[in-house]
Amino acid sequence: MTNGWTDVSNADVVLVMGGNPAENHPVGFRFVMEAKRLRKAKIVCVDPRFTRTAAVSDLYVPIRSGTDIAFLGGLIHYALSENKYQRRYVEQHTNASFLIAEGFGFSEGHFSGWQDGKYDKSTWQYELDGQGYAKVDPTLEHPRCVFQLMKKHYSRYTPEVVANICGCTAEEFLKAAAMITLAAAENKSGTVLYALGWTHHSFAVQLIHAAAMVQLLMGNIGMPGGGVNAQRGHANIQGSTDMGAWNYLPGYLKLPRANQTALVDYLKANTPKPLRPNSLNYWGNTPKFMTSLLKAYYGPHATAANSYGYDWLPKVAEGADHSWGTFFDEMDAGKMEGLISFGMNPVANGPNTPKMIRGLSKLKWLIVAENFETETAAFWRAKELADKEYPHSLKAEDIQTEVFLLPAACFAEKDGSFVNSSRWLQWKQVAVDPPGEARRDQEIIADLFLAIRALYEKEGGKGAEPLLRMQWSYAKPHVPTLREVAREVNGVDLATGKQLNGFGELQADGTTACGNWIYSGSWPEAGNQMARRGQVDPTGLGLYPEWAWSWPANRRILYNRASTDEQGKPWDATRAPLRWNGKRWAGDTPDYKADAAPDSLGAFVMLPEGVARLFAPDLVEGPFPEHYEPAESPVDNALHPNANANPLLRVYQSDLDSLGSAKDFPFVAITYRLTEHFHYWTKHTSSSAELQSNFFVEVPEELASEKGIASGTRVRVSSARGELEGPALVTKRLRTLKVSGRKVYQIGLPIHWGFVGKVHGPLINKLTPSAYDPNCGTPEYKGFLVNLEKIG
Amino acid sequence: MKPKQSSRREFIQRSTKGAAAGGVAAASGDAAVVESAIKPLKTAHTHQSTSICPYCAVGCSVVVHTLGDSARNVKPAIVHIEGDPESPINRGTLCPKGASLEEFVQSDRRLTTVQYRAPGSREWRRITWAEALEKMARRIKDSRDRGFEATDAQGRTVNRLRNIAMIGGCTDTNEINYLLGKFRFGLGLVSYENQSRL
Amino acid sequence: MTVAKLIDTTLCIGCKACEVACQEWNDQEYTLGTFGGTYQTMPDLAHNFWNLIKFNEMERDGGTSWLMSKYQCMHCAEAGCLAACPAPGAIVARPNGTIDFVQDNCIGCGYCITGCPFDVPRLSPTTKKVYKCSLCSDRTAVGLEPACIKTCPTNCLTFGERDELVRIAEARSTELKADGFPDAGVYNPQGVGGTNVLYVLKHASEPEQYGLPKDPHIPLSVSLWKGPMKWLGTLMFWGTILGTFLHFVIYGPQDPSKHGHPEKEDEPRDRA
Repeated sequence: MTNGWTDVSNADVVLVMGGNPAENHPVGFRFVMEAKRLRKAKIVCVDPRFTRTAAVSDLYVPIRSGTDIAFLGGLIHYALSENKYQRRYVEQHTNASFLIAEGFGFSEGHFSGWQDGKYDKSTWQYELDGQGYAKVDPTLEHPRCVFQLMKKHYSRYTPEVVANICGCTAEEFLKAAAMITLAAAENKSGTVLYALGWTHHSFAVQLIHAAAMVQLLMGNIGMPGGGVNAQRGHANIQGSTDMGAWNYLPGYLKLPRANQTALVDYLKANTPKPLRPNSLNYWGNTPKFMTSLLKAYYGPHATAANSYGYDWLPKVAEGADHSWGTFFDEMDAGKMEGLISFGMNPVANGPNTPKMIRGLSKLKWLIVAENFETETAAFWRAKELADKEYPHSLKAEDIQTEVFLLPAACFAEKDGSFVNSSRWLQWKQVAVDPPGEARRDQEIIADLFLAIRALYEKEGGKGAEPLLRMQWSYAKPHVPTLREVAREVNGVDLATGKQLNGFGELQADGTTACGNWIYSGSWPEAGNQMARRGQVDPTGLGLYPEWAWSWPANRRILYNRASTDEQGKPWDATRAPLRWNGKRWAGDTPDYKADAAPDSLGAFVMLPEGVARLFAPDLVEGPFPEHYEPAESPVDNALHPNANANPLLRVYQSDLDSLGSAKDFPFVAITYRLTEHFHYWTKHTSSSAELQSNFFVEVPEELASEKGIASGTRVRVSSARGELEGPALVTKRLRTLKVSGRKVYQIGLPIHWGFVGKVHGPLINKLTPSAYDPNCGTPEYKGFLVNLEKIG
Repeated sequence: MKPKQSSRREFIQRSTKGAAAGGVAAASGDAAVVESAIKPLKTAHTHQSTSICPYCAVGCSVVVHTLGDSARNVKPAIVHIEGDPESPINRGTLCPKGASLEEFVQSDRRLTTVQYRAPGSREWRRITWAEALEKMARRIKDSRDRGFEATDAQGRTVNRLRNIAMIGGCTDTNEINYLLGKFRFGLGLVSYENQSRL
Repeated sequence: MTVAKLIDTTLCIGCKACEVACQEWNDQEYTLGTFGGTYQTMPDLAHNFWNLIKFNEMERDGGTSWLMSKYQCMHCAEAGCLAACPAPGAIVARPNGTIDFVQDNCIGCGYCITGCPFDVPRLSPTTKKVYKCSLCSDRTAVGLEPACIKTCPTNCLTFGERDELVRIAEARSTELKADGFPDAGVYNPQGVGGTNVLYVLKHASEPEQYGLPKDPHIPLSVSLWKGPMKWLGTLMFWGTILGTFLHFVIYGPQDPSKHGHPEKEDEPRDRA
């Protein structure tokens, strides 16, 4: 979230789209209800299903799954053509005025530079002056300025086109647009709450970019009650993102590529230059962040002479991808030997369950540390436990994978910090010891790591150096405490041995060590800030600066500098997170240089532009979001039938990776959570199992009557990947949509069951495709095609 | 209507007290008068720890009530988990999943022993941590020795490992994720993802 | 001081946190259900399930509507269960207005079930005692909120002094009227002398849509039992202890529908 849960109550308009917070974040939703009750905020819910969120919204608009960019593009068009955008904000705080190079364009579904299935992005760049700064036209009139290009790009997204693609009516769209753009007034703010309804698409990142564009046009970024807010569906996936993934080191530092053979090459490639004279360009500090990380990793072994151990980090081949979909594909192809899973359940969570199970069956070994026996740990039992559902699984006797299932502590049995969706790091206490022989994760990791190291020390082996040089200097190496680790993550001044106060103190000369620069300040000399329980709220905006600690620098609203105009005057004096007192900024931790005059720097200090990007050339499939159909779609793309799906859609080619067509699979399926359950966990919990013991298939009333299906009738749902059975729940809440002149039905598939647990049911991902977003690798769990049949 | 209502209520209450002559308990919310027929408060003698709900990312603070101190012969046990009223996020409230946390921690499906499944076996077998660690370290080393690339085809130092993948869960704390990162980069492993990508 | 629970249905998101908090606090035995074609946890209350969110999906005012509301003991000012109960100390009206069942004194006759105009008390087939919401008398006695109210994420549930809550409820319904819901109002049925569980409803003239009886009264037979016929009751009490089973022999198992429960007739649930 750019903002935070407690801030949502500052909103005048709440757009809930691509998420269902009343069901999946009920406690966060209290702030939506507060905004509604106390500020009379308008809640607009745009969702394929009439959800429990819709039930308490002021306006519900149904939408075909996967058409959100069309809807948001329509909003952009509406705002620009009806003059319902915050003009001064757009002029001052976005790249609307930046000129784009000659030759940029869009036709037939592709941006300029499309050739041989690839984009050459050379025309997507800013036009630079002699000093390397982007040229701008503050009047926003130049035909090649971002504002005009954006206007032109979205001129196609008329209310009628939106209705035709999304399946709502043009009137419904216009009603929503009028309500959402109330926030265009300088003294109004609106928030966007989204979740996996946006990220589970093959154009997820573009979708969120579209939302950011809407919010920039409304002047809502940096404003209390504004922002683009990912609700995040798990306790610490914000934290795990912060700590890196296949392509990231901690703190969103990129993992080196093979051509960055020396640290200097890496830093050159990853340290941006300012694109405007007044840009602070905070990522210009990349050398400090990276060197300090290497010092944290390699300790005394990291010296200036060996570039702080840069060689020991793995280097990924240029252009290579090692994301989820790719390595499970490699596993399925027999190229992987082992998988280590610390608390994750890919058989349930991953797309295309049969492929997950087959992939695991080809491993030599699998290590799972868990609270429960999950479907992943028990994948080799699929045939035994649920033969009917996994008919193609091998018999246990024929699976050679060796499996280790390690009992691990649960949340109440270990301390450490979680980052919530508001970016607040909150520290937990240990309440009890783990049951039986279960152990805390840090002990399991340490034991395993040290056991492997011991083997290399004793026997030698390939690549021993990177392994042996990794610093593991905890007081009791086999039992590191999370307090020690948290202090290492915060960072230390190596000369004085003192904890750093924040990332402002990091150095690029090896004199500081820091495990994650964005968390620096979480454990300074003053102690553990994440465990703070202060109740004060000086701004009155619900920022609670002394409750826990927020990254970065305890800032509660990102981009808060943009809550004022160029002169530092708040857009809304009643809701000002920051005030300029002539010398310093006061209020929330400024997202700005604390003593820099308002007109001295651009408001978006992290970006080389110094302003926010309406035009974002770093995304792979275009600088402006464009509506593409999901990988499987019931209709052709109404805007450009020859460029139907995302041109850079990532799919795989195994025999289990087929995609279906509307001829065989005429209905659009959506997978989702119910408020009663949490993911694939609570089926192990009696009380949650009681709330909703049974899997069901939600079927629209009109389709049900066509097929003679009543609630409770057993139905079969099939996709190109597999099929499953369950009772129907016939509902008015899934409306029949009219898309491109024809009826489209959507089928609802809640996800929470599996073949182990107190309650059982099919794993929904049997049906989902291995189709992924090319920017971030999230799978398309929403908006794939199925057929529905009545059984007996 | 109103006077009649209150007189009726008085009648009922009086008659209750009459019927309750045999020693029925009475209690009031404000005076905290507790008598025998009110069941004892199950959290009356608990130790309280604060934690964060492990489910969604709203980040609700919870109070974990345990019975038993840390004396030698005592193993504290959780009797109840409820919302932490001091948290500005949840102010003591919880959703249905959060409200069920005690059931989760104490679920009879919790793993309490190390389980091992040999290649081709039809069943789990209980093994010790020592045996598991020895076997796992050996498997990882053997695979790594087969898969480690110190240099790529062009002779550039890459120090990477591509035949082992690692995935992290959604309740791994920041500190655990950091340690997993050190583990991963120590091995040189590149196929590393977590729940946040799904 | 009389305490009460206010349920502002306009703020209910049907999350069922109150259901779980009730189950968990009261150490209820959990049951796994069969699919009932609905989001509702159970078709009805049970001896081990005292707090149920009812779902009612419908088309109205030109759109889809999904009403959710909480269903539990109403803690009536004139409690039919209490009036009907022949066992001393089995049902008590505490000074704070809570109607509490003391199972140690319960003889399992089921008369309270007959007496309840809201169809709330439930007989356990194993213990042969009757159970229902106690408004967490163990919690309120020490100054804590009832479990359901404490957990409610959206402030749909409020606990407090009854007169104050009546004022809040009325203010809220006035606010809702001003916001375009002319039928908004407070549910506080006078047929039972008012209840210590109050509702704010958007459609106050149609409480049945929320699973609430329109005009509940204590059944006449029960009024007589504790009124003019009280001597008969006292006499019968001793007989009842010995002959509880006779009730079943004579009347058969309790069938609440015999006592005129509108929500039973209308089935306003999430069944299609």
